[in-house]
Amino acid sequence: MNVNWYLIVSSLVFAIGAAGVLTRRNPLVILLCLELMLNAANIALIAFARMWGNAEGQIFAVIVMVVAACEVCIGLGLVVAIYRRRLPIDVDEIRELHG
Amino acid sequence: MSEVLFFIAGIGAVCGAVGVVMVRNPFYAVLALVFHLLSLAALFLLLQAQFVAAAQVVVYAGAVMVLYVFVVAYVGAAEPPRLRAPVGRGQRAAALAFALALFVELAIAVLGSSLKALDSGGPTVGAEFGSPAQIGELLLTKFLLPFEVASFLLLIAAVGAVVLARRRGGIGEEVEPVAAAQYALPPGVGTMREAVGGPTAREPEPLELPGGEGGW
Repeated sequence: MNVNWYLIVSSLVFAIGAAGVLTRRNPLVILLCLELMLNAANIALIAFARMWGNAEGQIFAVIVMVVAACEVCIGLGLVVAIYRRRLPIDVDEIRELHG
Repeated sequence: MSEVLFFIAGIGAVCGAVGVVMVRNPFYAVLALVFHLLSLAALFLLLQAQFVAAAQVVVYAGAVMVLYVFVVAYVGAAEPPRLRAPVGRGQRAAALAFALALFVELAIAVLGSSLKALDSGGPTVGAEFGSPAQIGELLLTKFLLPFEVASFLLLIAAVGAVVLARRRGGIGEEVEPVAAAQYALPPGVGTMREAVGGPTAREPEPLELPGGEGGW
């Protein structure tokens, strides 16, 4: 299978994720769409690693997964903190960044 | 054979991504993302990245998504139904146009890059390509510094999540009085049934004793 097919899938998933970030208002779903975009980047990285026959791109993908796990950790912590303060879980309603 | 597998996994990945964006309920969006991640793991296997595929299934589709399901079950019960439209029609159309433009631009950038190797399946590599042995050797020799930095990042993220989500006892935090009835009738107990909008589990109604006042 040619590498450019994988890159087409990657760009399609990235565009879908970007549309989701722009249209949804629930921060949980926005985090899910960010995951989609990071995974699209991962497909591209691994496809290019296969294209060069060099496994160093796969290390890059592993590091991207680590960063995604950190992002989920902080994002879900924020969602739980918002819920504890009885604020609406809606990114349009939360405009102020008071501690 | 690999073409058939590629198209099955690729269509599954795109359908999962569309499901994440379109589905109203966050719980079903998480399930769609799990499906998407499993399809991506199949794509990674087709690209001979065995270690990354295994890590994707175990870490991503397993651990991270369980975290999501927990938070959706915790938060989803108290979420009020939407009173106004989710997003204005103009914003939705603009977002769709932006996504379409982004896809076209990325496709042009990839296919028009005149890289000769894009039209091939890549060089023939041995079975050890992308194996845990090779990834581990690279992580501990050539990429030792990024590996250590990533572990520090994970540590900082764990501390940050604890700080964000803990119960605060500091200044300006009023203690909420808890009525006795709240113990008997909790607003939500965080079950998956509540996360998808189902009824909350409630205490059973007290039994009506027959005979009324002067009975027993």
